[in-house]
Formats: sequence, C-alpha cells, structure tokens
Amino acid sequence: MKPKYTIAVTGLNNTDNPGPGVPVIRSLREAESFDVRIVGLAYENLEPGIYMENVCDKVYQIPYPSTGSDELMKRIEYIGKREKPDVLIPNFDAELFTFMKSEKYLKETGIKTFLPTIEQFEERHKSELPKFGKKYNFDIPFSKPVTKISDISELRYEFEYPLLVKGKFYDAYLAYTPAQVTEYFNKISAKWGVPIIIQEFIRGTEVNVAALGDGKGNTIAAVPMRKQYITDKGKAWGGITLGDEKLLEITRNLIQKTKWRGGMELEIIKTHSDKYYIIEINPRIPAWIYLAVGAGQNIPEALVKLALGETVEPFKTYDVGKMFIRYSYDLIGDISQFEKLSVTGEL
Amino acid sequence: MKLKKNIAVSESGFLFDPNTGDSFSVNETGKKIIELLKEEKTDDEIIKWFAENYEIDKLTFENNFYDFAAVLQNYHLTE
Amino acid sequence: MEEKLKYERPVITKINAGMPDKFGMQAKMPVITEIDEIPVKKLIEQYGSPSFIISEKTIRKTFNEAKRAFTSRYPKVQFAWSYKTNYLNAICKIYHSEGSWAEVVSGFEYDKAVANGIPGNKIIFNGPDKSKEDLIKATENGSYIHIDHFDELYELLSVSEKLEKRPKVAIRVNMDTGVYPQWDRFGFNYENGEAWNALNRIMMSEKMDLVGLHTHIGTYMMTPAPYAVAASKLAELAVRIERKFNHKIKYIDMGGGFASKNTLKGAYLPGKDTCPTFDQYAEAISGALINSDLDPNEMPTLFLETGRALIDDAGYIIGSVLANKRLADGRRSMIIDTGVNILFTSFWYEHEIYPAKEAGSHSEDTTIYGPLCMNIDIIRSAVKFPLLQKGDNYVIKRVGAYNMTQWMQFITLRPKIVLIDTKGKTHIIRENETNESLTSHEKIPDYLK
Repeated sequence: MKPKYTIAVTGLNNTDNPGPGVPVIRSLREAESFDVRIVGLAYENLEPGIYMENVCDKVYQIPYPSTGSDELMKRIEYIGKREKPDVLIPNFDAELFTFMKSEKYLKETGIKTFLPTIEQFEERHKSELPKFGKKYNFDIPFSKPVTKISDISELRYEFEYPLLVKGKFYDAYLAYTPAQVTEYFNKISAKWGVPIIIQEFIRGTEVNVAALGDGKGNTIAAVPMRKQYITDKGKAWGGITLGDEKLLEITRNLIQKTKWRGGMELEIIKTHSDKYYIIEINPRIPAWIYLAVGAGQNIPEALVKLALGETVEPFKTYDVGKMFIRYSYDLIGDISQFEKLSVTGEL
Repeated sequence: MKLKKNIAVSESGFLFDPNTGDSFSVNETGKKIIELLKEEKTDDEIIKWFAENYEIDKLTFENNFYDFAAVLQNYHLTE
Repeated sequence: MEEKLKYERPVITKINAGMPDKFGMQAKMPVITEIDEIPVKKLIEQYGSPSFIISEKTIRKTFNEAKRAFTSRYPKVQFAWSYKTNYLNAICKIYHSEGSWAEVVSGFEYDKAVANGIPGNKIIFNGPDKSKEDLIKATENGSYIHIDHFDELYELLSVSEKLEKRPKVAIRVNMDTGVYPQWDRFGFNYENGEAWNALNRIMMSEKMDLVGLHTHIGTYMMTPAPYAVAASKLAELAVRIERKFNHKIKYIDMGGGFASKNTLKGAYLPGKDTCPTFDQYAEAISGALINSDLDPNEMPTLFLETGRALIDDAGYIIGSVLANKRLADGRRSMIIDTGVNILFTSFWYEHEIYPAKEAGSHSEDTTIYGPLCMNIDIIRSAVKFPLLQKGDNYVIKRVGAYNMTQWMQFITLRPKIVLIDTKGKTHIIRENETNESLTSHEKIPDYLK
C-alpha cells in the first residue's frame, strides 16, 4: 500500500499571474509513490486554489512574511498541531527567506522542507547575479542595483538603452528612456522596496528550465521549456518542452557547482549567436511545473521524497514537444465560504 | 442614525452589504451597536444602554460611538 | 448589581477581497505591558508621559553577545563605546564597566570621556573636526588620533614639533567594499592610493607613532560581506607598511555600522528577520583577518566601535495617546505624545509601536502622528493598529541609538530618561527639561526688558 503524506503548500493564487501552488498540488496528487492530504496555506481570501475542487483538503490563512517570522511561525505551529504536515512546500520568492531561516524550527516541530541554503539563496539574488557569474563561470548580463532615483541619470555611463528594470522579488520592465526607468522605479519600489535592479537587455529567445537539485551536486530532474505565448504580465500562456542539450548541460553544471538544494527555475536568454546568458535563478518550483510532470518528470513528487530523506534516482528522460496551454475558468463560490475564511482564517 | 435596510451582521461578526458587495468584520461591541441600530434604537438609547451594560462611562462611549458612526457612514452603510 | 460587560472600542473594518499584496492576514498585535518586569503604567505615573526607558539588563546582555561573537573567533578584541550613539554619562559608564574604551568625534565628547574617568590612552579620537587644542590635548594624554584628512595630518605634524610627546596615530581609510553609496567623505581613499600616501607621509615624518589603521565602511550594513572586503584591504595595508618600513601596527579598527533590528523604510521584510547577527559580522571580519598575510603570531588587536547594534534594543519610549481622529478620506489617525523631535530615527525606521495593554483583536490602518504642530511630525505613516482611547499608553521599541543625542528641543520640552538597573530598580539619568532650564541660557538686551 502507498504511504499517505500530509503536505502543506503555499501559492494558491492561480490567476493570470499564477503562483506555483495549484500546479504543485496537482503534481502531488498524481504522484505514483504516495498519496497526499493537502493543507493549503493562503495569504489572501480570494486565492482560487482555496475554492477549487480537488485541490486543498483544508485551507488556512497565514500572515505575510512582512509581519515578521515570529508571527508566521506562530501560525504555522498552530496549523502544525492540527494537521501534522510531513512536508511544507513554500512557493513564493518573498516568503522563502523566512521559511529558510525557520527550517530548523520547522524540523523540530516535525515539518520537513527541502529548500536552498541561505547562502545559495543570497548569492543568486538579482543584485548579486554578476558576482555569481564570475564565481561559477556563467555568462550573466551586466547589472547594477539602484537605491535612489538620483542614480538613474548616471545609468547612461554604464548601460545602453533599452535596459531592464527589475524588482527584488518580482516584476521586470523594459525601459527605453531614463523617464521610464524612474516610472518603473517608483512602481516597483512601492511594492517590493529597494534596491531596484538595472540589467543589460540581451536580445534573443528566452528559455526556462525547471530543475531539482539534491543538495549534493546531483541534478535529479531538469526540463527545459520555451514560452510560446506570453501575457502582458510576461507570464507564459503556453509553452513547449525543448530538447536543447546545452540547456541541460548548463543546469547540471550550475547545480553541481552550487550543490543546489531544492527546486529551481533558470531563466536563460539564448542569443542569435548561440550564447546562453543566465538572467535569473528563481529558488523555487516555477508555476509551469505541471508541464514537466506531463513530460515525465514529477519534480514535486521527487522533492517530497528528498525532503523525507529518501534517495531519489535522477530522471533520465523526458518527452520533447509536450505543450501546456493555460486557460481560465470561472468557478462558483458562495459568500458563506468567504465569510468563514475571512472570520476564522480556515476553510 | 439609520442603518440601510438589508444589512445584516452574522453571529461571527461578518457583515455583508448586498447593495455594494462589500464585506466587513466587526468586533463584539460593534456588532451590538449594529444590532441595536437594526432594532431602530435611537442614538441616545444606544448610548444609555451601553453605559448601563458595559464597563464604560457615558461620555467616552458617546465619543467612541459617534466615531464608529462616522465610519459606518464613510462605508455607506447608513442612510 | 449585575456585573458589567468588558468594554472594547467598537470597530468595523472592511475585508479587502483580494490577491496577495504586501499586507495580508494580520496577526493579532502583541502588547507590551511591562519593561524589565515593571508595568509601563507605573513608569508613566512615576516619570511622566512620554519618557525614555533604558534597560541596563539588555545593554549588558547585548554587549556580552557581541563580545562573545568576536572573542571566540579572534585572539585580541577591544570594544570602544561610540559616544555619539548615546553619550549620557550613566550609559557610557555601563559600557566602560564592561571594559569598553571611549570612541569620540569632537572635543566635547573627548572631555566627556575624560570626565567619565577614562584615561587618555583608552580614548579613540575620530572624525573630521579636531581643533588644534584638541590635537594637543589628545597627544599629551596619549590618546589614539585617527587622522581624517591631509589638513589634519599637517596640522598634527606642526603641533608635534612643539610637543615632547609623540602623537599616536592611525588613519581612517575609505574604500570600495561593493556597497553603495560608498562612504568617501571620511578618511583617505584606498583605491586611488591616497591612503598609502598618507601612511608614507606619517612614516617618513618620524614625528608620530603609527599605531593603527581605521575604517568605517557605512551605516546600517545589512550584509556582513563588505566587512570582510574592508578587513582584508586594511590587512593588506598593514602588511605593506611592515614590508617597507619594518614597522608593525598594533591594531585594526573596523569602526561600526552594524545594523540593529529596526526595519528601514522601504524594506519588505522586517529588520528583526533580515539583519545579520553579531556572529555573522564577526565571522566576516575575523575570517578575513585570519586569512590575510598578517603574521599569525603577532596579530593586531581588533578594535570595534559598534554603537547602534549594542544599544538600540535597550531603549524604549513610553507615552500616551493624545487623540484619535478621522482624516477627510475616512482614514484613521492617532496622535501620540512622542514627536519626531525626540524620535529622530522615525525619519528612516518603521519603528515598532505597541499598545501597553490588551486592545482587542481588531485593528485598522492608522497613521500615527506626533504632537507637534508641524506636518512632518509622523511616527508611522501606515500601520495596522488597534483602536486605543485617549490617555491609553503605548511603547515604542528599539530607540536606544541616536535619539538621546540627536533629539532637539522643539515646541515641547524633552522628557526624562530613566534607567532600569539589573536589579529592577529605576533611576532618572537625565531630568526632563523645564522652562527654567531652557531659558537660563537666554539673555534679553536691556532695551527689551
């Protein structure tokens, strides 16, 4: 008989700018080696994953990391006592730091995670990426953190327009003029604080790799994908798995050198002259992870097994040419569900 | 002060305004005020009732009550 | 008579239906009812509202954490209390009793340290403002003079010609540590060779004793890595001096700049989660020094001038709510009796403020204003806060650094500062100002009398 694990998952915001929570849960429900009971952890009361059928068995609202790790952990402890989760999978960049810092504490309360180390997390920050490239010998676009609006006029000495303006955690805009940089600076800093990262714009095709490292240098899974259609928020609406061996090589190389632990997404620009620039390293499973499952690599399942201390054999193959097409769907809820969640924080 | 007709507050302190679709949450004393308003009690009656039943002096409550009333008005929950 | 029900201010809050944004589910706000086991209410009754409260227990505990972090990693460590961070004599004496020297940046602070019983050879004299008289005094007392610029270097040369004692000097070095903005206004630059020139000038003069190297790379450093860069650059200078002049310097002074656990404005995660620990700073600095080319048998002493990170947590402001008010657009505002005139740091921190008694689980987006009739007097521009009544008490945390030195007398009089000693006894360590104490400095010309 298959074992049954309770798994807590965040990122249930399955909107047009989706969090990875719902696809992760879907992957886990299709796991071959175990059954699951899912405890959804929601920050907001309208995250679709709360209301979707066959996604969460139980949902709890949790406070944002910006209120402090003490408060968040107090809530997790409360949930832990009731639900006894075996594994917790955080899915937001903005919450990872807090969960990584609390890894030991979570373990003591019986909740396992499989996250990058603080050092791995810190050195791949957008603002640190050039240093990362130098240290591990990867091509990285030139970038620079900016903390004040007054620095924007100086950018022309080091960058050519257009350039990319990026937030610490999320958001990226292409700016053609200093005025646009100022506009995006204000927009992003209001939401995510400073620094804002200015990055050299590299022309080419963006490709992504979803991968999983075992923390010892082994690549357990890696599936490359190219977005086929991109929404106005820059998110994939459709994508297709690729058979580019070079992408796998870069991924394995990076995981081996950094001994990466946990899920990750590499964002890479392939130029017309076949150079590969790493533009971002996301320290978590991406929202399109279900495509990897469809192509034969159930990354969330493998991650759970690693978190539980099992040895996992690396996946050897995946299907090239598998596609995903995202769609939207209106489900019907009732004010009473909304009330219960808003008043009690549980559903 | 008069509450809009179809506004109701649930046992748990959840208030839904069917006119606008907005939802609110109220604490125990806020809930009590809304219940009394629904019973069409006058402001003076409510103030008197609170001073008699709660550990609060009349003047402080009156101050708090009108502040609360201003919020209700601000949220367009009153007529 | 029937017992009355417990009262809580009526509150209604709108539930924002929505997607994750910066805020999200609000955990119930904790309350701070006492400081070092003394009820806040009692402190206010006794010492007035507002008052600064300083916990000696926290000062000593924090100091010893920092000391342990460094001494467990590096053989010779000496702390020097940064006077400008908080130079109340009682506070300085606590640090001195823990073995801290004095780090001063003006003649005024220098005299304060001497009056606190600190011998001249345990005073570090920093900063761009040292008068000729200051330099003479510091030389004669055998203090460590950290030269900031060439004009000072030459003045000290000319002073030393007339004195019997040789000045004991270090230079302050500024450098690129990968942190922006780079602090290049103090000291001599490393990269362009200015620091090396200054060191040569000192060594060639044969009129001063070069005893140390000093840097202070910035303030509120949220990552320890730049300290490692700075420490290795100073170590490299020390090694070069030894090679060229066969002269060993006695200490490397890494200055201060360690962050406290306050949250900077514009930061997403709270400071208490993200600010490095003393262990992390210590690891960066001692690691870099130990791995440098310095002679492992004769390592220089490591000087530290940490101020903020040592004292911020020990200071509190306690006070009372003056009024609650609705702004024109319906937003809640609360006026408290602490203004930016005494809480200077609210210009760059999101200071944590808590009610001093249970205040119910509902809170509202609130702007917290100080009492000044000035538009800039804002303590928190937007914080979820429970509704308090006029006269209710509050506690503001982590105000020990800079506020009691940078504060100003403006519109209101400055309050008392009270120390809670390690046994839980309270002592006024600075009286509140009075009309009399203020006007005693004023003079009215005869024709206006």
